[in-house]
Amino acid sequence: MPAESAATHAPRTGGSLGLTLVVSEVAVLFRRLRTWAMIGALALIPILIAVVVRVSSDESSSGRGPAFLNSITQNGLFVSLTALTVAIPLFLPLTIGVVAGDTIAGEANLGTLRYLLVAPAGRIRLLLVKYAGAALFCFVATLTVVVTGAVVGALLFPVGPVTLLSGATVGIPGYFARLLLLALYVTVSLLGLSAIGLFISTLTSVPVGAMAATAALAVIAQILGALPQLEWLHPWLFTHHWLGFADLLREPIVWTSFADNALLQFGYIAVFGALAYGRFSTKDILS
Amino acid sequence: MSAGELAIETRGLTKVFGRQRAVDSIDLTVPRGSVFGFLGPNGSGKTTTIRVLLGLASATSGEVRLLDGEMPDDARAVLPRVGALVEGPAIYPFLSGRANLQRFDAADRRTDPATRSRRVDEALERVGLSHAAKKRAHAYSLGMKQRLGIANALLAPRDLLILDEPTNGLDPQGTREVRSLIRSLSDDGTTVFVSSHLLAEVEQMCTRIAVMSAGRLVAQGTLDELRSGGTARVRVTTPDAAEARRVLTGLGLTPEPHGHDDVVTAELSVAGLQPETVNAALVRAEVRVRGFEARGASLEDRFVALTGEGFDVAG
Repeated sequence: MPAESAATHAPRTGGSLGLTLVVSEVAVLFRRLRTWAMIGALALIPILIAVVVRVSSDESSSGRGPAFLNSITQNGLFVSLTALTVAIPLFLPLTIGVVAGDTIAGEANLGTLRYLLVAPAGRIRLLLVKYAGAALFCFVATLTVVVTGAVVGALLFPVGPVTLLSGATVGIPGYFARLLLLALYVTVSLLGLSAIGLFISTLTSVPVGAMAATAALAVIAQILGALPQLEWLHPWLFTHHWLGFADLLREPIVWTSFADNALLQFGYIAVFGALAYGRFSTKDILS
Repeated sequence: MSAGELAIETRGLTKVFGRQRAVDSIDLTVPRGSVFGFLGPNGSGKTTTIRVLLGLASATSGEVRLLDGEMPDDARAVLPRVGALVEGPAIYPFLSGRANLQRFDAADRRTDPATRSRRVDEALERVGLSHAAKKRAHAYSLGMKQRLGIANALLAPRDLLILDEPTNGLDPQGTREVRSLIRSLSDDGTTVFVSSHLLAEVEQMCTRIAVMSAGRLVAQGTLDELRSGGTARVRVTTPDAAEARRVLTGLGLTPEPHGHDDVVTAELSVAGLQPETVNAALVRAEVRVRGFEARGASLEDRFVALTGEGFDVAG
C-alpha cells in the first residue's frame, strides 16, 4: 500500500522555468514597508533640491554645490541630474546595501531560508533569483530619483530643450532618452556592489551586519578612490566609474565609460557571484 | 527490509560541529507507511538529524536515503515529495498567512501555479486557519504559526512528512487535531516521521519509534519491542512493610526505598518470576496485603532508562 503511493505523487515533470520564484521574490520585496520607505527617501532627494533651489533662486551662489545645480533655475530638467549626482556616493549605495545585504541573511534570520531550500528552491537558483531581485531594486531606486526629479523639475522650473555638455541641443524627448540611459548607467554601476552584498549576505544570518558591511564597503571604496597615492588601484575599484556618466550627455554619445563601467561591474559580478556560490552551495543551514 | 520499503534509511550518519558529535553514527530505518516517532531529550541531536535528512546540513560521514534517492545528491527529485516542519515554523511577518504559503509553494519550480491558490486554501483549511488566511502573519499566535508551518508541509500530496515537534505551542485542542491529522495522512499512505520529546504524544500516535540520546540512537523498533525491553514491577501496600521486604528479598528481588511506610516496590528482576508467585509468597508469610499491583514496563521507564534521568539538556 505505501509503496505504490510514491509513483502517484510524482511531481509535475518539466515544469515552468521557475520564473514564479522571481515573481514571488519581487512581490515580497515590494510588499515590505522598508522597501517603500527607502524609495520614498530617494524620491525626497530631488524634491528637496528642487524646492530649496526654487525658494532661494534669487541669491543663487554660482559655482558652489553639486554639479548641474546652477542649471536648474534655467531648466527644470536638470533636477534629475543634480539629484543623481547627490544620491550616487551615499544614498543609493546605502539602499542597495540594505537590499543586497538582506538577500540571504534576511531569509536565514527569519528562518524562511530552510523552507525555501526544502521546497526545494535549489541553492543556485535561489542565489540567482535573489540577485535578480537586488538588481531590479537598483533600477527602481535609480529610476525613482530620475523620474521624481523630472516631475518636480517640470513643476517648479521652466522646461525646454537642453544644451548638452558638447554644446549641442536636444529636445525634451531626446533628453528623456538620455535620462533613461543615465538611469541604466547608474543601475549597471550598482550591480557590482549588489554582488558584493549578496556574497556578504551568505556569510551571516544577521542581516543588519551584512547591510552595514556592504554599505561601508561602498564608502571605503570611494575613500580609496579619492587618495591620489593609490592611483594604481583606482581603475579596479567598483566605484571608479560611478560619476562617469557625463559622456552620455554628449552628442554623439561617447560609449567608452559605459563599456568600461559595464566590464568592471561584470568582473565584480563574476568574482563575488562565484564566491557567493562557493559559500552558499555547501553551507549548513542551521538557522 | 529492502531499500524500496524504507522511506528513510541512514547508515553511520554522523554530524560533527567542532569537537561535538551532534549526531554519532546513527542507523535509522523508517519503513514506508509507518508513523515513526523520533524521541529524545532536548539537545539529543534530533533536529540536526532532520536537517541532514533534508539536505539543509551536510553529513560529516555516513549515507542518507530518502524515499528512492540519496541525499543530498537527489534533493531536487526527492524533496518535492517530502513535506517538512523543521525546528518550528518560519514566516514572513509582513505577509498574510496565505501569501506566506504561496511564497513557499512558488519556491519549488515543479509545483503547478494553476492549482496554487486551491492547494494553499486546502492546506489552510486542513489546519483550521482559513478564517485567518488574510491576516498578516505577525499577528498570529504561536499556535497559529505552528498550524501555518504544518499547512506548508501539506501544500502538495506527499509521500513522506517530516514533522519536528509538530504540537509545539498548540493548545490541547490543537494537539488533538494534529494527532488526528497525522492519523488521516497515515491512512492515505503517507509515511510520517515525527520528532518529539513528549512520550505520551509519541505513544498515542506512533507505530514505531527510535530513541536518541546525546547524539546516539539508543533504541529503535515497534512500541511493543521497546516496552518489552524493560522490566515489570510490583507494588505492595501493606501495614507489614518490613516483613514484606524480607519476603521479596527472599525471592531474590531488591525492594527499593519508598517514601510511604506502607508501600513496598521492587523490579521483577528475577527471570521467570511471575507477579502471582510473589503475591502467594506474601500471603503465605502472613503479610497483610491491602493492595498489590503488577505493572508492565511503561515507555517512560524505558525512555528514562535509555536517556538518563531528569531530561537534562545534553551539553
